[in-house]
Amino acid sequence: MESLPCQPNFFEDSGATLKSWHPRLGQTLLRLLLPVVIIAIGAPCFAQEKPYFVTYTHEMEEPGNLEIAMSNVTGKPQSADRFWGTAMELEYGATAWWTTELYLDGVSIPHDSTIFTGYRWENRFYLLSRQHWINPVIYVEFEDINGADKSLREVVGHDGDGDFAGSNAETRQEKKRELELKIILGSNFKGWNVSENFIAEKNLGGGAWEFGYAIAASRPLKLLAGSRKCMFCLDKFAAGVEMYGGLGDRHTFGLHNTSHYFGPVVNWKSPGGMTLSFGPQFGLNDFSVPRLYRFGVSYEINQIFRSMSFFRSQREGQ
Amino acid sequence: MKSRWLVWIWLLPSLLFLLGAAAGEWLTKVPAHEHQKTNPLKDQHEAVQAGQLLFAEHCVSCHGQDAEGKKGRPSLRSSRVQTEATEGDLHWLLVNGSPRRGMPSWSRLPDPQLWQLISYLKSLTPKN
Repeated sequence: MESLPCQPNFFEDSGATLKSWHPRLGQTLLRLLLPVVIIAIGAPCFAQEKPYFVTYTHEMEEPGNLEIAMSNVTGKPQSADRFWGTAMELEYGATAWWTTELYLDGVSIPHDSTIFTGYRWENRFYLLSRQHWINPVIYVEFEDINGADKSLREVVGHDGDGDFAGSNAETRQEKKRELELKIILGSNFKGWNVSENFIAEKNLGGGAWEFGYAIAASRPLKLLAGSRKCMFCLDKFAAGVEMYGGLGDRHTFGLHNTSHYFGPVVNWKSPGGMTLSFGPQFGLNDFSVPRLYRFGVSYEINQIFRSMSFFRSQREGQ
Repeated sequence: MKSRWLVWIWLLPSLLFLLGAAAGEWLTKVPAHEHQKTNPLKDQHEAVQAGQLLFAEHCVSCHGQDAEGKKGRPSLRSSRVQTEATEGDLHWLLVNGSPRRGMPSWSRLPDPQLWQLISYLKSLTPKN
């Protein structure tokens, strides 16, 4: 039986297909995921997330907490089919000044395929001992992805609409092992958060340094928290704007042949501890994808290792 | 053998003293103008209630449901928090955190919410 178009096929790289899954793999996965689900139910946490999709703030993950998030983007390039890019994020607060994060990326193109496109491992370091008017954070990321990746976590160099042409089978042949550095600047003032990122990225296999930027501002719709629990109070919502784009490379630095996006962003923090984000983003020139729609969901697990030891001790006690 | 015991007898209280001093070290770092800040929501019952909800959301995992501290994390009913520290001191600590000691910065919360949290903390019954 031929696999249907759009059928998830994350194991294509290894030559395996969904049909060849080990019959007990589902059970094994369930066993692995069950403790995480139990912990998530047992220790909900209320992430105070900013609604940005590309821009990083200077705020670090709380030490010991694990945030699980799915970030999705869809768009219809001028010369290619609609794509769905997705990134699963596992963010852990190692210390109050060091946050580490693993991304697992995938892409789906209708009438083509759905594939795993690679991983990214990032680390953010808050270098100062106090908060200042502008707070700097150093960001270092290693990514091992292929050319089919369309999670659009950042735009650098001359990334643009033309990069989306080609099937997954063709574009995945291009291997990208890249080092990405960012300087993240962030400020909180009267409820507003303003963040600026300066990005430099280099393919370790060769090529020039590429540059990009991302800026964003947001604010909760109400600054005072409610004195009663409620689902749709204004303080549960945050809204703002985000803009990002490429700045060329070391040889052709500037705005020529670069893509840029701008759009509103909004998020809602549910009483259950889940944060939902949404943002339509608009390409600002012909080099950009005309419209991108981004949506994300995140959930934070409080003190993950303490929760695990609690459940272990409960199980041993039985 | 005797001299080793004497070293320990001298070392242990010194270490305990140093640890105690380090735990309250942040109080000495608060600038004078921050120290003198007062809570604009002081004595407002609603602020205490909202602060209690914020405490449950953000602080319980480390400081415990009853704010008495948990697994090495400090009690918020101690005399240091309840009497020694002014509202301005607590505001400064929440904004800046103490990254080297594991306390994150809560500058991500808007200022009015920090004051609501402080209203709740100051409403707790002190316990030593």
